Amino acid sequence: MEILDLLEIVDVSRRFDAFLALDRVSLQIEAGEFFTLLGPSGCGKTTLLRLIAGFDQADGGDILLDGKSIIATPPEYRPLHTIFQNYALFPHMTVAENIAFPLRMAGCAKKEIQSRVGEALENVRLPDKAGKYPDSLSGGQKQRIAIARALVNRPRLLLLDEPLSALDAKLSEQMQLELINLQKDIGITFIYVTHDQSEALALSHRIAVMDHGRIAQVDAPSRLYGYPNSRFVADFIGKCNVLAGHVREQQGDCVTVELDGLGPVHVCRSETNFGVGSRCALTLRPEKIRIGRFSSIPGASDTMTSMSVADTVSPLGDESHFTGYVHDLLYLGDVTVYNVTLSNGILLETLLANSASGRTNFFEVGDRVEVAWSCDAGHLVLD
Amino acid sequence: MFLWLSAALVYCFLYVPLVIVVLFSFNDSRLNAEWVGFTWKWYGKLLHNREMLAAAMNSLVIATVSAGAATLLGTLAGIAMHHYRLRLLPLLVLAPIAMPEILMGVSLLVLFIMVNMTLGLVSVMLAHITFSIGFVALSVQARISSMDPALVEAARDLGASPWRCFREITLPLLMPGILAGGLMAFTLSIDDFVITFFTAGVGSSTLPLQIYSMVKIAVTPEVNAVSTLLMLLTLVVITVASRLSPTLFRAQ
Ligand SMILES: Nc1ncnc2c1ncn2[C@@H]1O[C@H](COP(=O)(O)OP(=O)(O)O)[C@@H](O)[C@H]1O
Ligand SMILES: [Mg+2]
Repeated sequence: MEILDLLEIVDVSRRFDAFLALDRVSLQIEAGEFFTLLGPSGCGKTTLLRLIAGFDQADGGDILLDGKSIIATPPEYRPLHTIFQNYALFPHMTVAENIAFPLRMAGCAKKEIQSRVGEALENVRLPDKAGKYPDSLSGGQKQRIAIARALVNRPRLLLLDEPLSALDAKLSEQMQLELINLQKDIGITFIYVTHDQSEALALSHRIAVMDHGRIAQVDAPSRLYGYPNSRFVADFIGKCNVLAGHVREQQGDCVTVELDGLGPVHVCRSETNFGVGSRCALTLRPEKIRIGRFSSIPGASDTMTSMSVADTVSPLGDESHFTGYVHDLLYLGDVTVYNVTLSNGILLETLLANSASGRTNFFEVGDRVEVAWSCDAGHLVLD
Repeated sequence: MFLWLSAALVYCFLYVPLVIVVLFSFNDSRLNAEWVGFTWKWYGKLLHNREMLAAAMNSLVIATVSAGAATLLGTLAGIAMHHYRLRLLPLLVLAPIAMPEILMGVSLLVLFIMVNMTLGLVSVMLAHITFSIGFVALSVQARISSMDPALVEAARDLGASPWRCFREITLPLLMPGILAGGLMAFTLSIDDFVITFFTAGVGSSTLPLQIYSMVKIAVTPEVNAVSTLLMLLTLVVITVASRLSPTLFRAQ
């Protein structure tokens, strides 16, 4: 059976005077999905969300819900609700009155309103706050009330605009888990906006990365992380080394890339077909690079060899090897980040887990080291 | 030190006369010369002064009606000024605040004569409405611009039509600003002399006009008493208004 798209955004544009805030954006969002719009501040996420909610009018394109255009429907008739960045609780109404508001607008009977408000407050575990005014609530409580208010009359879609940005780190993390569970439990489609890539990776089924009013890539978190389709996405999602070069040879899905100033490397399972000679960039996650002590004569290094894989890089089959110096390091407790200067002056970020007992930093600044990665560790993008 | 001293002098200059008026309204002597003893009798006399009572009645009616009308019109103007980036409207609404009162008085008088309107309660009310609208509009606008625009969107988002959104969200949240503006309009009307002087006719004398006509003969203790009452009323209303809308009073 074909899965029906719940929400379809077709070639939507929005222009503010001369500034193109959304440039022919198209997206399909499925029923029951946790979908995230991710991008740097000012890339048009809020603008797109406001078009979906109906607060603003598109200059072109269409928005379809269940196959029917809603572009001319006023916001009060769209079966979707928004969680605003600052929650937008009505300050002159109590918590209970806030939650009752959408039910009252829908013309529910008094009795039903009362029981459903009570139920909603139970669901967010704040039943004792019914008579309180929003001003007396903490940030996390306001957020829960905003969610209760938005869900109380069962919308098809919930739009959330950076709902966690006003909370401190610890509370934000806890709310992330709550949001995941909530979405799973009620099965309502979430469209979530954030500029925080780790939040997006943790929460979403699929992510649309936006850049300057355009969609750069839409994919599942693991695909976005492992197979970015551009330098922008690679840079924006997680930490990434990006090495420029050009395609020298391609056999099947194995590509030989001539990296600028470093020489040839093999890239296998690249899922790319750029054509010989085209400019490209190798994207390489820090944790996929192995780092070891430099040994000009294999086997002649000291007793440490046997202690850890980190001490030397053992030459493997189809592996790329380079030498360099530790430029600086960042001890983070569980891991240490080593920035290694390669022969062409490029700084390569690598990561080493401090898992060996009693060992913290393996290398010092200025140490000569070897770095290596296997041929399927990196991913090629056009440059 | 010098600054403190001069500030103290200025305040003395401002308030000592007021204090004297209040004191002598309780003085048991016809003359405003020396303190003889405490009495309420001047206040009692006021109650039997027909002209004074009629003037007080006029003042209250004019202030109530003109404040009511100015509140309604000023609220609409304030909302419009916020929603549409109009250039002319703010100018039209706010100009009467800045214009010299005597100019307003004369021009309104000319207008009323041109349209052949009999000077009386109605002409005074119209004049008072004209200069009060601006204060209400300012007060309402200050309140709107401090309101989170997301609240209105949230209400629409949760199913409210534009009208219900206005009634249930915008209006209640604007209420302190509207009330403050209305009270401001009320005191301005009660206290106004210049514009009223030009636009009042026979039988529409207000308290300030009445006081003026009495003072022309002599400053009697009765004048002191009615002035004290007027002062008290103004003080109470302004205090309430400033509680409701602190921004209105900062803006001025
Ligand atoms: N009402 C508006 N008038 C003019 N420019 C706007 C308006 N709303 C948004 N913009 C511009 O559009 C761009 C995208 O804004 P927004 O969607 O809020 O970004 P994001 O939510 O991704 O941070 C920004 O550069 C912003 O300045
Ligand atoms: Mg935004």
